[in-house]
Amino acid sequence: MKIVLEHLTKQFIARQGKGIVTAVDDFDFTIPDGKLIGLLGPSGCGKSTTLNLICGLEVPTKGKIYFDDLDVTELPPEARGVGMVFQNYALYPHLTVRQNIVFPLENLKGDKRLSREEMNEKVMEAARLVQIDELMDRKPNELSGGQQQRVAIARALVKTPGVLLLDEPLSNLDARLRLQTREQIRRIQKETGITTIFVTHDQEEAMSISDMIIVMKDGALQQMGEPQKVYNDPVNLFVAKFLGTPAINVFEGKIKDKGLYIGEDLIGERDCDDQDVYVGIRPEAFIPDKKGSFRCRFDRVETTGRDTSIVCHNEQCISDEDVRAIVDADAQLNNKDGIIRFSLKPHKTYAFSKKDEKAL
Amino acid sequence: MFNKNNLKGWIYLLPALIFTGVFMVYPLFDVLVYSFEEGYNFASQTYNGIGLFNYSYVLHDPYFLQALKNTFILVIITVPFSTGIALLISLALNSLKKFKDLFQTIFFLPYVTNTLAVGLVFMILFKKTAYTDGLVNLLLNSMGISSIDFIEGPYWAKMFVLCFYTIWIVLPFKILILTSALASVNQDYYNVARVDGTSRWRIFYRITLPMISPSLFYLVITGFIGAFKAYSDVVALFGTDLNAAGMNTIVGYIYDMLYGNSGGYPSFASAAALILFVIVLTITVINLLVSKENVQYQ
Repeated sequence: MKIVLEHLTKQFIARQGKGIVTAVDDFDFTIPDGKLIGLLGPSGCGKSTTLNLICGLEVPTKGKIYFDDLDVTELPPEARGVGMVFQNYALYPHLTVRQNIVFPLENLKGDKRLSREEMNEKVMEAARLVQIDELMDRKPNELSGGQQQRVAIARALVKTPGVLLLDEPLSNLDARLRLQTREQIRRIQKETGITTIFVTHDQEEAMSISDMIIVMKDGALQQMGEPQKVYNDPVNLFVAKFLGTPAINVFEGKIKDKGLYIGEDLIGERDCDDQDVYVGIRPEAFIPDKKGSFRCRFDRVETTGRDTSIVCHNEQCISDEDVRAIVDADAQLNNKDGIIRFSLKPHKTYAFSKKDEKAL
Repeated sequence: MFNKNNLKGWIYLLPALIFTGVFMVYPLFDVLVYSFEEGYNFASQTYNGIGLFNYSYVLHDPYFLQALKNTFILVIITVPFSTGIALLISLALNSLKKFKDLFQTIFFLPYVTNTLAVGLVFMILFKKTAYTDGLVNLLLNSMGISSIDFIEGPYWAKMFVLCFYTIWIVLPFKILILTSALASVNQDYYNVARVDGTSRWRIFYRITLPMISPSLFYLVITGFIGAFKAYSDVVALFGTDLNAAGMNTIVGYIYDMLYGNSGGYPSFASAAALILFVIVLTITVINLLVSKENVQYQ
């Protein structure tokens, strides 16, 4: 099912004092059918509100939501055919896994009501899909976090919804389980082909499994597209900073005579008018090069597993940490008098306007 | 057993142990002993013999049987009704968006008022005097029903006033417990249920009720015990001569046997007290057994 958001806006009245908080600001885009979508942004940017609007727990202030061609804006959640998995899973603690999964089916009335055998079959099908079919008679508190999560997904899937919504599905799991579970989510989505939207503040998570990511900030859409495209071609400084670990290095710079400068070092070209800019350089853009034009004060080399990073300083750097460059493990360092020189990969080097922080 | 840490623990426990021992355990045994001593006399500390005579007397005493009947009627009517009404009010309060705190306060007010004072107010509401038939009767009259003497009239009318009063006086506490139990249920459960299209009744029956079942169970148990111990309310409504009014309760009977008009019979009082103890114990054990099946602890 494809989801169309049309000028979707949600405003709340601020709890303390006066004023209005705009949690979702004029969203106007289409989420394609059968894809896994990562809704990404820092905490409190309106991701969960967007999810609640799509599932119907919140009513939009303005705008419309369509599932395929059906206007669902006014429909209550149960009439929309969505499955939702909450951040804390919200499994009913007094019911067994089986009873939890069958719960949505038992709500069906009239013609849709299934026989006991059909219900059982559907429950087992969903359980097998998420690989919990051996835990059916346990209570939720006898399951690990990852298992609870899969039960919650099975419960959301058992009615074969048109859309599956996952709110921070991995945030309650430990690091190892997180990797495993995100592969599971990817697999389940591929097997069922259900349009799936998941909310996360972890860019790595979103980048690794999504077909498409939507980056939000303060209720406003920043950029959407294939993860690698968004990473390689950020539309503004926020997106560039938000994606990628280690984070992008940001410098004060300027454009003069179509040359891009950091301090006195000419590091690239930009076909723009002369102006002061922010320069973003991805850590992997640095190549140690004796003849390179970009100079930094060398500090130390850090080796973590397969990555070798060079940590160095530059007066123009304004990102929180020092300049961090990830280089080949066998790269030749050329520091002389404490100064190290780099040449930079042009497609990993960005310039952003000082005025609106948009990419130039 | 008495290593250093343990000793420290026992010392901490000592004050509590002394008080429980002196004021709970020792009297308990004393009562047990009295109940088997025929015609025990406080003043002379003498008794006539040892046996089950006291029990036999109490169980054949029409006043005790009346008190037993009154108490059981009170328990059976007020516990389910007060818990049920409290649950309904709490659900309504919980679904309020505005003025929730205000209503919660109003419902809680009776809890901080004095039992005897409220009892007197109830008596004035219901009592027939030479000057007026009382507010309730005036209301009944306006609906075309003739006056009833609720305080000194027929048994069912007096029982009605007593049950009405008891339910009203225990409601605030139950509402307090249940509203906080309801408020502590995670909203996500309801959101999931809504997305899954669960009907209101099913949400209540399958989610809300199991979630608050520990609190409900607590209220039922304490409700039973409290109702079995009813006394001061009855005095407030019907005066001290409860046997004459036919409205005595078991605790009232015990008190009368010790200090009342028929006072001075500690042996009978002790026997009656032990009978009450056994009844409450039995009911509580049954409650616990039933709850094992039905109460959901998380």
